[in-house]
Amino acid sequence: MRRSPRIVTEAMQAYSFSRRAWMLGAAQLGVGALLAGRMAWLSIAENARYNSLSESNRVNATLIPPRRGWLIDRNGVPVANNRTDFRVDIIPDRLREKDRVLSLLAQLLQLPPDEMERIHLDLDRAAGFQPVQVAEKLDWERFAAVSVRLPELPGVQPTRGFARHYPGGAAVAHLTGYVGAPTAEQFKETRDPLLVTPGFRLGKDGLEKALEKRLRGQPGAKRVEVTARGKLVAELATRPDVPGRNTRLTIDAGLQEYAARRLGTNSGSAVVIDCRTGEMLCMVSMPAYDPNSFSDGISHLEWEMLSANDHVPLMNKVTQGLYPPGSTVKPMNALALLEAGVAPTDRINCTGALRVGTGVFHCHKRGGHGGLDMKGAVAQSCDIYFYEMIRRMGYDRIAPVARAVGLGQKFELPFGTQRYGTVPDSAWKLAKYKDRWTVADGLNASIGQGYVLANPLQLAVMASRLASGRALQPSLLAAQVHRDADALPYQSEHLQLVREAMWGVVNGGGTGGAARLLVPGVAIAGKTGTAQVRRITMAERRGGVLKNGQLPFKMRDHALFVGFAPADNPRYAMAVVLEHNGHTVRNLDTPMIGRDIMTYMFDRDRALASLADVEPTWGGDIATRMAADEATYRAEHNPPPTAVATKTDDVVPSDAPAVEAATDLANRTQAALANEAAGVTPAEEGTTERTP
Amino acid sequence: MSASLLPEPIARLPWRVILLVLAIACFGQVVLYSAAGGSVRPWALSQGIRFFVLLGAALTLSYVPTRIWKTGALPAYAIIVVSLLAVELLGKVSGGSQRWLDLGFIRLQPSEFMKPAIVLACARFYDLLPPGETRRFGAIWPAAVLIGLPAALVMAQPDLGTGLMICAGGATVMFLAGIPLRLFIGGGLAAAVSIPLAVNFLLHDYQRNRILIFLDPESDPLGTGYHISQSKIAIGSGGVWGKGFMQGTQSHLDYLPEGHTDFVFATMAEEWGLVGGCLLILAFMLVIRWGIEVAQASEGRFARLTAAGLASTIFFYVGINLMMVMGLAPVVGIPLPLVSFGSSAQMTVLLCLGILMSIDRENRRRARW
Repeated sequence: MRRSPRIVTEAMQAYSFSRRAWMLGAAQLGVGALLAGRMAWLSIAENARYNSLSESNRVNATLIPPRRGWLIDRNGVPVANNRTDFRVDIIPDRLREKDRVLSLLAQLLQLPPDEMERIHLDLDRAAGFQPVQVAEKLDWERFAAVSVRLPELPGVQPTRGFARHYPGGAAVAHLTGYVGAPTAEQFKETRDPLLVTPGFRLGKDGLEKALEKRLRGQPGAKRVEVTARGKLVAELATRPDVPGRNTRLTIDAGLQEYAARRLGTNSGSAVVIDCRTGEMLCMVSMPAYDPNSFSDGISHLEWEMLSANDHVPLMNKVTQGLYPPGSTVKPMNALALLEAGVAPTDRINCTGALRVGTGVFHCHKRGGHGGLDMKGAVAQSCDIYFYEMIRRMGYDRIAPVARAVGLGQKFELPFGTQRYGTVPDSAWKLAKYKDRWTVADGLNASIGQGYVLANPLQLAVMASRLASGRALQPSLLAAQVHRDADALPYQSEHLQLVREAMWGVVNGGGTGGAARLLVPGVAIAGKTGTAQVRRITMAERRGGVLKNGQLPFKMRDHALFVGFAPADNPRYAMAVVLEHNGHTVRNLDTPMIGRDIMTYMFDRDRALASLADVEPTWGGDIATRMAADEATYRAEHNPPPTAVATKTDDVVPSDAPAVEAATDLANRTQAALANEAAGVTPAEEGTTERTP
Repeated sequence: MSASLLPEPIARLPWRVILLVLAIACFGQVVLYSAAGGSVRPWALSQGIRFFVLLGAALTLSYVPTRIWKTGALPAYAIIVVSLLAVELLGKVSGGSQRWLDLGFIRLQPSEFMKPAIVLACARFYDLLPPGETRRFGAIWPAAVLIGLPAALVMAQPDLGTGLMICAGGATVMFLAGIPLRLFIGGGLAAAVSIPLAVNFLLHDYQRNRILIFLDPESDPLGTGYHISQSKIAIGSGGVWGKGFMQGTQSHLDYLPEGHTDFVFATMAEEWGLVGGCLLILAFMLVIRWGIEVAQASEGRFARLTAAGLASTIFFYVGINLMMVMGLAPVVGIPLPLVSFGSSAQMTVLLCLGILMSIDRENRRRARW
C-alpha cells in the first residue's frame, strides 16, 4: 500500500469528511429530485393512461345486447320483431346456501337434471359478478314464481331480455333468415366483446344476415364497481342500448303467410311482384324451418330431420332453386317470334310428333293439335308449333328476348346466395362446351328444357315484364324500389298480343282453365308449364307413358305457373313453381294455387275461405303439419326425450355456411338430376363447371 | 428557542426534527386510516400508539451520552451477529426460512437492528483507526468483514432488501471515512459486472423474478409484475391533486397489494396526488438534511461518521422504497419509514433518530459553552 500524503492528521480527516458529506448530501438531493421527477412523470404526463387503467380496474361493464331493428312489411306489420324474454340468472358472488337455492329453483322452474348439472358446472367456473344463466325463454308463470320468492333466493336475478320473434314462423323463414349465436370464428375476426355476450344473436341467413349492420344497433352496458377479487361493490349508472334501425320491406305479410299456407304440402315457391314498381309482395319457399326455434340453436334431431327431407326445407328455392322453366317460356317465345317477323296468323299443323334428323320430337298431346296460329299454340301449349317456328328462326333470335325479360339475369337483392340459371345460345355453347349448337338444342330450349334453367324469381320477373312492357327490377326493401323502369324495346302490339294469348290460356279454353279467378270482373292471364325430369324412352312411349303418381317423388315432373292480373290492366304478376309436383292432386297443383294467391290480392276473404275449404285435406296449417312431421320423425328415429331436450349450440351446425353447403348440394343434385333425366346434356348455371 | 415561555428542558429539544417526524407520522396515520376503509382499526390506531411510545423512547435515548454509543457499538454489533446466527440455525432446525427470534414476550428481528448497528460499528472501527492508516489496506478489509458477515447472514434468510441496506449503510460510512474514491468507482464497476451473474446464480427464483419483472413489469401483469403495475396505476391515476381523501379506488378495491405496508406511498399518492407525494419527499429530505447537519456540527470522528451514516440509513429506507413503488427499482420489501404499517422499520428509524438527537444534544451543549 502506498502511503498517502493527504490524510495524516485529524484536521485533514475532518476536512475530507465535510467534503464527502457534502457530496453525499448532493447525491441524496439528486435522488430526491429524481423521485419527484419520476412521480411528476407518472402523475402528469402519463396521468390519462393510468387513469383509464385505474377505471378499467374499477369498473366492470357487462354489455347488454342491443334490441334488433324490426323488419316490417309494406303496411307496417312486423315480419320480425323482438319478444320479451324472461330469464333467470345467478350472480355467484351473492349466492348463499347454494344447495337450498338451487333445489328451490329446480322445483320452481321445473328444470331437468342435466340442466341442473350444467348450472352447477357453470357456477364452479364462474367469476364473482359474471351472471350464470339458469334458464331463458321462460313463460310468465314460472318467471313470476321465481320473482315472488326472491327474498328466499339470495343471488338469483330474474331479468327481462329480448329474443327475436317471427310472427309468421316458417312462412317467412327464407325471407328473413334467422339469427343465432356468433361462432368462435366470427369472434376471432372482430374481437368485438359483444359477440361473446350471453343472449346476443346475429343474422345467420337471409335478410337478417344481409341487413346485419342496420339491424344490430349499439349495445348498452351495465356498469358495476368491483374489487380485485371480483366482489361487487356498487352498481353504477347503466347505459341503455341503442336499438337497431327498423327496416320496411315491400312484402305484404298477409300475402306472404297466405301463399306459404296455400302451397300446402308442396315443395315449392311463390313470388308476387307489383307490376307498376317491381316491388316483391311475397317471396315464399316451402317447406321451411321455423326461424323462431333456430334462434336458440336447434337440436341435432331437428337438424337431421330438416337435412334429410327431400322437400329441401333448408333451401330458399326462390333465389337458389333452378328449374327448367318448361312451357312457361312460350309467351316469351311468341314475343321473340313476333319480333323476328313471324306473323301471328301463321299456322303450323301439329301431328303430335316432329322428326328432326334421326330424332323424333313429341308434342305433349299424343294425337296432335292440328293447325294452330300463335295464340292457339300458346293457349294449347303446343310444342310442335314452337319446335317448328324456332327451327325456322334459330334459337339465337330467341335468347336475347329471354334475357331481356329476365331469364338468366341476376337482380340486386339483399341475399347472399343467388343462382341465376342459363339462357343458352350458340355462342354460349361454343364457349362452355367447345361444341356446335344443334337443331335439337334449339328445340329443347324452345320448350324451356335442355340447357334452359331459371329460378322462380326470374319467372315472376318475366311475367311482370311481359305484363307491364317495362324492364322492372324486383326489390325487397321499401327504401330501394327501382321506380321508372325503362320500356322494353318491343312493339306494344306484340306485347299486347302475347298478353291476349296468355289470357286465352286461362279464359279461352287453354291449358290453364283451372286458374280462372273467382273474383267477378277480374281475369287472370297466365301460362302453365311442366318440366320433365326424366327421359321418356321409346319403349315407354309405346307402352303408355307412366303417370306421375306411379313414379317416385324425385322422378315426377315439376309444375310451373306464371301469370298476371287483371289481364287487361296488369297490376300483379306471379310465379309458382312446385318441385316434382307431377300434377297429381288438383288442389295442390299450380293453376289453383296461382288462382288462390291472385284472388287474395283482390278479395282476401274469398281467398281465405277457399283455403279453409282445402287446408284440412292436407293436414292443416303449417305449424300443425310441422309438429306432426316432427313427431313422426322422432318416433321413427326414437331418441330418448332427454337427449332431445338438451339444446346446445356447439353440436348443431346451424350456422350459415352449413345451411349454404346443404342447399348447394341439394341444388346441384337437383339440377344434375333434372338434366340427366330430361335426356339432355347436363347444363348448370353459368359459373359452375360441369362434372364429367 | 423562546426560553421564557417554555421550561428549559423542553425548549432545548430539537423541535425542528421532532415536528417534521410528527408531521410525517401523522400523515402516515391519515393514510392508514383511509387504507382501512375509513377506520382507525386495524392499522392507524396501533401504529399511532406505537409511534408515540417509540418517539418517547427516542427522546429518552437522546439523553444518552455519545460515549456510551461509542463503547457499546462493537459489543452490540457482536450480539446482533450472534442473534442472526441463532435465527439462521433455528430456521434450519424448524425448516424453512426464519427472520425473527421469539423471546416469549416479543419477537425480535435482529436484521432490523443491524441497519443502525453496522453504521455504529463501522464508525467505531474508523474511530479506532489512526488517521494515517486511512488509505491503507488495513483500513478496508476489517470494515469489509464487518459489513459482509451480517449482510451474508441476512441475505441467506433470504432478505435481499435488508442485506442491501446493510451493505449500503456500511459503504456510506467507509466513503465518509475517506476510503479512496477509486475503490468506490471500482466497486461500482465490479457490481455492474457481478449483478447479472448474481441474478443468474445466487438469487432465489422469486428474487430473480422480481428483478426480471422490474425490468419489464407488463410481461407478467397478473403475476409478480402485478405489484409494480398496480402501484404505478395508483400513482399515475392520482394526478396532481389526487382523487381525494378516502376516494382512492386502487387501494379501497384491493387492486393495490400491500397498500398499507410496502406500497403505502402509492395509496397516499392516489388520494393526495403529486402534491402530497412531493411534500412527503420534501419532509423526508429535510429530516435527512438535519441529520447531515448534525454530522457536520459534530466533533470527533465517531460522532460525525455515525450521524451521517444514520442519516443515510433513513435516506436508503425512503429512497429504495420510493424507487420500488415508482417502478425504478425491483420489489425488495423495504417499507417506507414512519408511514408504512409495521413495527420494525418504525423502531429502527426512531432508534436512528434517537442516536442522532443524542449527538445533536452534545453538539449544542458544546456550542453553548
